[in-house]
Amino acid sequence: MAKVHVTTTINGEPSEFLCEPNDTMLDALRGPLGLTGSKEGCASGDCGACSITVDDNLVCSCLMLAVESEGHQLRTIEGMAQGDKLHPLQQKFLEMAALQCGICTSGMLVASDALLKRNPKPSEEEVRFWLAGNLCRCTGYDKIVRAVMDTAAEMRAQ
Amino acid sequence: MTELRYLAPNSLDEAIKAFVAAGSAGRILAGGTDLLVQMRAGVVKPGLIVDIKKISEMTTIEETADGGFRVGAAVSGMALHDHPRFGKVWPGVLEAVNLIGSKQVQGRASAGGNLCNGSPAGDSVPAMVAAGAIVTIQGPDGRRELPVEQVPAGPGRTNLKPGEIVVSFALPPRPKGSSDAYLRMIPRTEMDIAVVGLGVSLTLKDGVCTAARVGLGAVAPTVLLVESAARALIGSKLDDAALNAAAAACSAACRPIDDKRGTIAYRTKVAGVLLKRTTAIAAKRAEGN
Repeated sequence: MAKVHVTTTINGEPSEFLCEPNDTMLDALRGPLGLTGSKEGCASGDCGACSITVDDNLVCSCLMLAVESEGHQLRTIEGMAQGDKLHPLQQKFLEMAALQCGICTSGMLVASDALLKRNPKPSEEEVRFWLAGNLCRCTGYDKIVRAVMDTAAEMRAQ
Repeated sequence: MTELRYLAPNSLDEAIKAFVAAGSAGRILAGGTDLLVQMRAGVVKPGLIVDIKKISEMTTIEETADGGFRVGAAVSGMALHDHPRFGKVWPGVLEAVNLIGSKQVQGRASAGGNLCNGSPAGDSVPAMVAAGAIVTIQGPDGRRELPVEQVPAGPGRTNLKPGEIVVSFALPPRPKGSSDAYLRMIPRTEMDIAVVGLGVSLTLKDGVCTAARVGLGAVAPTVLLVESAARALIGSKLDDAALNAAAAACSAACRPIDDKRGTIAYRTKVAGVLLKRTTAIAAKRAEGN
């Protein structure tokens, strides 16, 4: 198969890569782009471990072709911390032990960040519904939901 | 193995030309939330993918001068949610579209894809049927329009001809006192496939129902327009007798399957229950309009 040349922007940086036409965005991130923070859980859009944003829109990168990223603005978990300074959600997930094995964590963080950008004051129900597409088999979700609620409250206070 | 090609044309004419040339090897890509899963599972092996998201007519929401809406077939559920007016005029269609999958899926999945996937349990379809949506289709022989309920032909099949693409949904202007609602029954609260899905759109004048349409999903090989249920509602004050008659009409229209999500008897009964609940929500919303 002839490889396709794709030019896009990832975490604010211009980026280009080669891919097969049927590669998913997740394949490209984890392969040629070396951004392995996005995880492959199910590869069918059920688990959310590969969550990224495309033009600020939360999507599963496993349900998007890599070639579709041409000309768009992508953000991944790698763009969340500012250098050594963790994003408040990342810091809170650590403090409140809102992760165990960590496979779901990058997707949880990307999805939670997308929620707080749209809605800085979500109710617990809104957090739970928003994260319904992010599966975690360790925590039972409660610590994750509480960490998101606490982060939201702290970010509002700043 | 055939080589896969990807095209993202800027015009519908270009898209149709390529789609026709590819024949049965061609697949249309909107949100891809069904197509990529099918490709991954090896169910479909396309030779050409035509991405229609660079065609502006297919990705825009337009409120027409007469108060109707034209929704591009590739508009994502999240884009529809974020439209300032659509959810106020068509809350039932919006709640149906926003039941499709997770937030991540809603960032990509479209009502056009939901319709063309041909699932009898597609959530947006009964609400679109109730809304009286007219689908614009374009193919090698030009444009035509079809009522949305005439698009599905059976599980996974549509009445689209080779080379035809669903372009947009046209929703009619709303008379005063109109609203709609959609409910689906699933065994959990989120992210599941409908056991029964039911959309109601109605108009009330002085408490009397003057117009109604009922769309019923997941209980037959295709989503159904239940005209007998609508007839039972029209002319009534949505009293118990009318609601019971409309519920019975919905149950009578069911030709469901038995599966792990629900038995034939359960789906048939729930269709009637949902008619009553959905009508109550639509009526309450209509009173405020």
